[in-house]
Amino acid sequence: MQGVSKRFGATVALDGVDFRVQPGEVHALVGENGAGKSTLMKVLSGVLTADRGSMSLDGAAYTPPNPLAARRAGVCMIYQELSLAPHLSAEQNILLGVEPSRFGWLDGRQLRRRARQALAQLGHEEIPTTVPVGQLSVGAQQLIEIARAVAVGCRVLVLDEPTSRLGQLDVGRLFELIRRLRAQQLAVVYISHFIEEVEMIADRFTVLRDGRNAGGGAVRHSSAEQIVNLMVGRKVGELYPHSRRRPGEVILEVSQLSGASRPQSAALELRRGEVLGIAGLVGSGRTELLRVIFGLDPVRRGTIRLASYRGAHSPAARWRQGAGMLCEDRQAESLALSMNVADNLTLSRLDGLGPGGLIWPARQWRATQLWIERLAIRCRDPRQCVRELSGGNQQKVALARLLYHDVDVLLLDEPTCGIDVASKAQIYQLMDRLASGDSAPGGKSRAVLMVSSYLPELLGVCDRIAVMHRGRLGPARPVEEVSEQSLMLEATGQAGST
Amino acid sequence: MSYWLNKFGPLLGLLLVYAFFAVVAPPTFRSVGNLELMARQTAVVGTATVGMTLVIITAGIDLSVGSLVALTTMIIAFLLNQQFPPLIAALAGVGSAALFGLVNGTIVIGHLGRVAAICLGIGTLVGLLRWPALGTSPAGWASGILAGLVIGSLVLWFNERFMKRIPVTPFIVTLAMLLVVRGFAKLLGNEQKINAPRTWLKELLSTLPAEWNWMLLPPGVWALGLLAALAGVLLYYTKLGRHIFAVGSNEKTARLCGVAVERVKLYVYTLCGATAGLAGLLQFSRLNIGDPVSAVGLELDVIAAVVIGGGSLSGGEGSILGSLVGALIMTVIRSGCTQWGLPNYTQEIITGTIIVCAVALDRLRHQPAE
Repeated sequence: MQGVSKRFGATVALDGVDFRVQPGEVHALVGENGAGKSTLMKVLSGVLTADRGSMSLDGAAYTPPNPLAARRAGVCMIYQELSLAPHLSAEQNILLGVEPSRFGWLDGRQLRRRARQALAQLGHEEIPTTVPVGQLSVGAQQLIEIARAVAVGCRVLVLDEPTSRLGQLDVGRLFELIRRLRAQQLAVVYISHFIEEVEMIADRFTVLRDGRNAGGGAVRHSSAEQIVNLMVGRKVGELYPHSRRRPGEVILEVSQLSGASRPQSAALELRRGEVLGIAGLVGSGRTELLRVIFGLDPVRRGTIRLASYRGAHSPAARWRQGAGMLCEDRQAESLALSMNVADNLTLSRLDGLGPGGLIWPARQWRATQLWIERLAIRCRDPRQCVRELSGGNQQKVALARLLYHDVDVLLLDEPTCGIDVASKAQIYQLMDRLASGDSAPGGKSRAVLMVSSYLPELLGVCDRIAVMHRGRLGPARPVEEVSEQSLMLEATGQAGST
Repeated sequence: MSYWLNKFGPLLGLLLVYAFFAVVAPPTFRSVGNLELMARQTAVVGTATVGMTLVIITAGIDLSVGSLVALTTMIIAFLLNQQFPPLIAALAGVGSAALFGLVNGTIVIGHLGRVAAICLGIGTLVGLLRWPALGTSPAGWASGILAGLVIGSLVLWFNERFMKRIPVTPFIVTLAMLLVVRGFAKLLGNEQKINAPRTWLKELLSTLPAEWNWMLLPPGVWALGLLAALAGVLLYYTKLGRHIFAVGSNEKTARLCGVAVERVKLYVYTLCGATAGLAGLLQFSRLNIGDPVSAVGLELDVIAAVVIGGGSLSGGEGSILGSLVGALIMTVIRSGCTQWGLPNYTQEIITGTIIVCAVALDRLRHQPAE
């Protein structure tokens, strides 16, 4: 791949990226969240088409119009979320879409033979081929998915974070399999956050940062620290205002908190007048931590104290106790897209908008108008459907809901994900004003608990930062004592080795 | 401009359909008498659309409406024959329909166990009353109620203690209820129709006598207007109304904002049962008979009316006015075709076509303006 570029609207996802992988090699593609790894691989596997740049496969020009064409050409991608049909058996899944047939009739014998052959090539004949795959373990399902790639004659195999859902034993099996495929002269692209895995399995690596090549080379000649430095390599800009804050009393106290699977025994203290950041990789359990605190996911063990309240864990109770949450997925969860700005903004507190429990639209709109002006939300009027707003403005509507509700504790999950730089800057300013207490009305300072995958933003906005790694929350450290490098090392589980 | 077009699109459709038939059909179609007739014909379906609109806005559906209408006519006729006053009979009929609506809602939100507990309790009571040794003596009643309570509470306790909530798709729940309720309606009259004595219930939807002419339309039609107005206020000017929209638009958002999603669904299905009961009352008024096999498939007319009126089966959209207009459009087509002398099947073909066109127009309207 040479000089590949891709833009989405105003954001440049890829800017002239070069990438080269050879047969019989495991090539690691690393970078922070949002660095462009997934976009690059989507271009490679035909999900997206590049705006500029060229690709060649075995020396011939290669421009797959769709994933099917890419598969036919021998480029297969295995996503984090597996894409098997859970009710079908392994052999049906392996040859899904390319079933052998004779005069339109399914050729059962050949189907079985070719499925077995693919599994044998992986060295895993022990996997039952007739049981519905939904009943097999995640590790076995992943093997079946790889077998599917092998069965159609795959030559370039892309694995996106393949170990994120596997146990230790399955990871060992997977690595063994990757080495076997390498010996069979396949080219394997291995996407991962975990530097230790890269060191174990990969021959060469390429680092992406902000949609550009940041470096690369042979894994043998580079240390983990060098790779991390390449991944981070940025300076905190002037984007992040940080006025004087005076931390007050503890307003949110969480101890020994465990959810269904994540988090595990998390503890934290949040004070009025501070922004506490939670760093960590995607899937490390940060989102789950916020959801459990807010009562959206069940609490298995532990206590949550909000100001002086304890008791029921439900979103309704949290709102009453003065906490509000902004979800990670704006469109799927934070907003009711088919409703208007006013309804979305006031949904959590519809009382007091009219006499006797009625809602006076005029009053609802006036209340909304106030926040539209304060946050500079760009919309026609409060009656406009939220679906029609831009991402940044949608996010501001979701955030305005917390302010309209006048909450003391704001739980923000990726508050600036996927929005334009101007809106980002406004949101940072707003968070600073909230924490330092010079925002109208009342001038009281609030507490913000923020999850983000974007380290510069955490370092710029937060007072303290804690890191989450595989479901466990580390201690919160003052922002002066951490750096992007130290956070990244802790998040990738390397903290002990340096 | 487009806002008003969105809001009054269905109304415009109604005017067009009416104008079309006014031109092509014989002049009797345009007569005042026919207008009144169409209003009366719409009343039954129209009343049921009010509750159905609420259910559909929450992204649900209620297929048991037709059966509930039949059951209500049976209960009213049955009670009138037992010399109950008409008001009591009507209230009991509508109340039972609301109760079945509540059962629908309870199962939809996943409390099948609670319904089972209550059913087992009642079943025990009925079983003991039918047992020859005890029968309907005071002792029989006492032991029946006691045993019913004990068994019911045991099952209830077990359910609350050990069972999880198991939400079930509204389609399935109300499909089952369609059968159950129809069965109960037949049980009540031993599969026969029940003739009822003539009471003032008959006047709800019949042509007005001369001295009542100042009312213009029968009281049943006015009642529908009032019901629609109340439902409109509920939807647009109360917290519950906003919550109904929120649940249908994005249930996750509703949950995030602290909306009691389960309670909203419970209310909505109960209200839908109640309006189905009111529709049953009007149906009874039209025929003055309890008929267990009447109103078969009525729910589909009701759903069609809601969809023509701008309701979306994926939730979050719909309006009372729109649904009523949808019901009127179907009546106008029916009446127009009849007066024009077209056979029955053409009405069905035209109505079907209109449903598809309405939905297509709706999709077109909702495409992002790019």
